[in-house]
Amino acid sequence: MRLKKNVQEIGVSCLFILFAIIPILAPAIGEAFYVDVFARIMIWSIAAVGLNLVLGYGGMISFGHAAYIGLGGYTIAIFSFHEINNGFIQWPVALLISGLAALLFGALSLRTRGVYFIMITLAFAQMVYFLGVSADKYGSNDGLNIWNRSEFKIYGLDFSIDDNLTFYYLTFTILILIVFLVRRLVNSRFGMAIQGTRSNESRLEMLGVPTYVYKLTAFVISGVICGLAGILQANFERFVSPDMMDWPRSGELMFMVIMGGMGTLMGPVLGATAFLVLSEVLSSLTVHWHLIFGPLLIILVLYARGGLGGIIDRGQKDG
Amino acid sequence: MEISFVVEQLLNGFQLGVLLFLLAAGLTLVFGIMDLVNLAHGSIYMIGAFFAATMTLALDSFILGIIIALPMTLVLGMVLEFIALRTLYSRGHMDQVLATFGLILFLNELVRIIWGPAGLAIPLPLLLDGSISLPLGIVYPTYRMFIILIGIIVAIGLYYLVSKTRLGMLIRAGASNRTMVGALGINIRLLFTAVFGLGAMLAGLAGMLIAPINQAQIGMGEDILILAFVVIVIGGIGSIRGAFIAAIVAGVIDTMGRAFLDVLLLALLPANAAEAAGPALSSMLIYFLMAVVLIFRPQGLFPARNG
Amino acid sequence: MIGVKKMVSPLLRTRALNKSFGGIVATKDLSIEIFEGQICAVIGPNGAGKTTLVNLLSGNLRADSGDIIFEDDNVTGLSPSALCSRGIARSFQITSIFPEFSLLENVCFSVQASLGHSFHFWKDVRADERVINPAKEVLERIGLLSRANVLAGNLAHGEKRQLEIAMVLATRPKLLLLDEPMAGMGAEESRHLVTLLNELRSDYSMLLVEHDMDAVFALADKITVLVYGKSIAEGKPSEIKVNNAVLEAYLGSSES
Repeated sequence: MRLKKNVQEIGVSCLFILFAIIPILAPAIGEAFYVDVFARIMIWSIAAVGLNLVLGYGGMISFGHAAYIGLGGYTIAIFSFHEINNGFIQWPVALLISGLAALLFGALSLRTRGVYFIMITLAFAQMVYFLGVSADKYGSNDGLNIWNRSEFKIYGLDFSIDDNLTFYYLTFTILILIVFLVRRLVNSRFGMAIQGTRSNESRLEMLGVPTYVYKLTAFVISGVICGLAGILQANFERFVSPDMMDWPRSGELMFMVIMGGMGTLMGPVLGATAFLVLSEVLSSLTVHWHLIFGPLLIILVLYARGGLGGIIDRGQKDG
Repeated sequence: MEISFVVEQLLNGFQLGVLLFLLAAGLTLVFGIMDLVNLAHGSIYMIGAFFAATMTLALDSFILGIIIALPMTLVLGMVLEFIALRTLYSRGHMDQVLATFGLILFLNELVRIIWGPAGLAIPLPLLLDGSISLPLGIVYPTYRMFIILIGIIVAIGLYYLVSKTRLGMLIRAGASNRTMVGALGINIRLLFTAVFGLGAMLAGLAGMLIAPINQAQIGMGEDILILAFVVIVIGGIGSIRGAFIAAIVAGVIDTMGRAFLDVLLLALLPANAAEAAGPALSSMLIYFLMAVVLIFRPQGLFPARNG
Repeated sequence: MIGVKKMVSPLLRTRALNKSFGGIVATKDLSIEIFEGQICAVIGPNGAGKTTLVNLLSGNLRADSGDIIFEDDNVTGLSPSALCSRGIARSFQITSIFPEFSLLENVCFSVQASLGHSFHFWKDVRADERVINPAKEVLERIGLLSRANVLAGNLAHGEKRQLEIAMVLATRPKLLLLDEPMAGMGAEESRHLVTLLNELRSDYSMLLVEHDMDAVFALADKITVLVYGKSIAEGKPSEIKVNNAVLEAYLGSSES
């Protein structure tokens, strides 16, 4: 245990150090586009950390979390479309909308069990997707450009994230905050209740714990974190489209969590990194990279269930 | 509003429902008997369409093309089951979702390599390429009528197979009690492969039937697959009857919603609001229906255990 | 806390309790009383309705008719969690624990449940004295403190049964409903558990459903004999031992 804990800490520290120095490292080796790649990695990491809260810790197999990313992103884009660029308005509203959607969808979905839960979360996400597709005013299938990133102007403060480097480090800071927040959360009484539902929900109910309420709360928190990832994604790409909330995105997000190891704190970050680096590398080798990537994912599911984090993150429990 | 337009939309809804049923039938059997969530079912639908397109172009006959392509999808399904999906039966649903998701990526790319990124169009045979006149002065495309006809024939055939034959008895027994079928000394693996192949063939048939209207193209299976899942969840997993009823209901509601919801909304909302909300609401209708069904009947309308 | 002190009214009392499943009567006109500090054993052949009685008292089943009075309040029809917070806690015949968590964490789940809601998002449970201290106390009491960090799934069967009881104790109950706590235990493990329950009797009242007659006669202050859901005899162990009806209906048949 002790050894593994150390390995985990080293692994995670290395990854975060890598995130921190990429903007210096990448131009130095003449591959400046890696800064963009890693900004995306960090944004997806945030979303994966959010999904992990319900999927990994709570054992709720949500196949629709792309919806909350999409809602977060679209809220920013629609504000921007109407020329409201103030981040102090945009961001809270976007988080609120993702949270309310997660509250509504979660409240209904959590009444079902097993495969029905998977399907109903998928169905709700598809409803959101089609909402985007049919929103003629906001670009339908073609999506919506965001001409101005969020502006943070209030009284004397004027914080701009137009610069990609500033944006990169903002994302980095948010990722660290979210990881820290989730770490506190899963080790708290609330977190224990959530993990208890995964392990033996009926026993917890017998003990008098209203598991539904805790699961729903976790679902909402998870939705809000994904909404935050959506906010960042929209700002980063300066673009949203229904594609960002189509069901394959939900599947990919699940893969990131699985790849890194479910129910481990840093697993999703490792997983998102591995998933996106792997797709980046494979797609640079051949246009037909899905031909390799698909079977690789299958093999991963079949033979490496603990994920990357499972190898180095297990020490977390007694920490 | 003209009655002929309503009937025409109703028939279109029926036609979509029939296609959904062909997809959902295999999906619900595989789900009900092997407890497998197979996202790659939509890929088989797509490949069926490409098989039919290739064969039709090679043999210069749509009907012959389908007749050759059907056993091809049957074999494809059995091979996929044998190589990849069999190992998934004992896994949890999440593993199944993820592994078959990986399979979709692979199969899409394979199709892209074999048939190229552009779709393949299939010419209709002259016999089917026209319209027929129905009572009330309704004129309806012959080919769409043909799809409905095929769908009904398959539904009746499947009903006969499941309720009257020995294979059907095993399928029904398997859907309600898997271990029992195994205990009866039936070669369960062979049964699973056969059921999977049958389901694949039906999905392929759906792809073949839609190809002359929409072309055979990459990714065609994905959106309709989700709809098919909605159908089997509404109908009750493992139930052919439930799948048929839910498919028709879903097809009709979806089509009618798209055709008439904005008109209905116009009566309730200001014109610009109705125009904006109409398409959004109508495309969400089916998912809404599923959510409502699951909330009130978490096992679907016709759970397999009751038939 | 409380010694063996008789109060005027019993801690728990049932009045003409009835429950049947379809045509099968599981509980018939059952009226029992448990006084504070007592261990009341319920015995009877298989199918006598012992577990049904536990389920009725714990709120897992709802009686067809009759009343359950706990501390002079009518608690008939309350949910398991409501009864749990009033002080009625049960163990299960089939061990139900959280296998992926340590012993200490398992008991923490119970403590948390007894503390009311778990909307504490920030403080680490393992540093939360209000959770961890009672959990450790219970483990110590049950003799498992040295194994506090072992994963519950890795315990031996007997230890799992002990953990089950620890989890019940951690909800700070007044009345324990123990459904065959000795089930599947070896002789040595059973004796150990008898000693343990004996130590606990000063602080808790118990309803004990058990097949192990040695354990029942060693522990019980009072024994109720159920046959087909009906109480055919009730009394001190010494009385039950010589009761003819019991010998005929139960002990006789079980030893043949």
